[in-house]
Amino acid sequence: MFRVTRRYQFAASHRLHSDQLGEKENQQLYGKCNNPFGHGHNYVVEVSARGPADAVSGRAIDIDRLDGLVRRQVLEPFDHRNLNAEVAAFAKVVPTSENLGYEICRRLKRNWKEVFPGQWPKLEKVRIGETPRNIFEVCADEIE
Amino acid sequence: MVITRKIEFSASHICRNPQLSDEENRSLFGSAANPHGHGHNYVVEVSLEGDPDPVTGMVLDLKELKEILTREIVDPYDHRFLNYEVPPFDREVPTTENIARDIWRRLESRLTDHRKKLHSIRVYETPDLYVDYCGERACSA
Repeated sequence: MFRVTRRYQFAASHRLHSDQLGEKENQQLYGKCNNPFGHGHNYVVEVSARGPADAVSGRAIDIDRLDGLVRRQVLEPFDHRNLNAEVAAFAKVVPTSENLGYEICRRLKRNWKEVFPGQWPKLEKVRIGETPRNIFEVCADEIE
Repeated sequence: MVITRKIEFSASHICRNPQLSDEENRSLFGSAANPHGHGHNYVVEVSLEGDPDPVTGMVLDLKELKEILTREIVDPYDHRFLNYEVPPFDREVPTTENIARDIWRRLESRLTDHRKKLHSIRVYETPDLYVDYCGERACSA
């Protein structure tokens, strides 16, 4: 059984601000991340899939297909975007990297079978680096 | 406890299954099927799981681990054309998956005793693509 991991990058802006909190509370909680003009990151996304090596190709996953899926579901909608303003999922949900991890994992999981209809490979996890020092990991089993 | 040592080697390969036609190989492997071959700077992380020796405080002396990895992996793989010079890739397609499994097979018996065992092999084909192999079992998440 192999785990294959592919690394992608996109750049996007966001603002951390919760509608359920007041201005002052938001400023206290999120600090400079609450700046009303927003700010941005070079996000690194690692997508891991699990499976046996195919007897003919010797590979556990077709990387071109994975690249296509990630390009359509993540890179095209997120790269050089303002996450709060341009990604519907973050219209009401704070675009923390926790929620970004859930959203990316959900998008990949929802469209996985279209690209990989067989029993294998399975989506295993998504790992987001908001900066090189802040890493967030979500297992595909954690979400619907 | 898990300890990890990193090694590097550079090698060339062709991803081609001799049971398939040229066209099928190109369609399956894309540019990696180029019959002249191409190469990578592979990075391998070898992880051992075990308890530190009560006298030395070490799972395995890293100097000894380095010597084993150099002898068993770097010497046979570095600056070689895998398909032509490194068995089993005369019979197996040298994908990153198969390289990880071959490295596991070369190391497993040499790094296992009553105190430690081979935990995982991670092979980076490029900084953006890597494979983990933990033997027949699935790697823990």
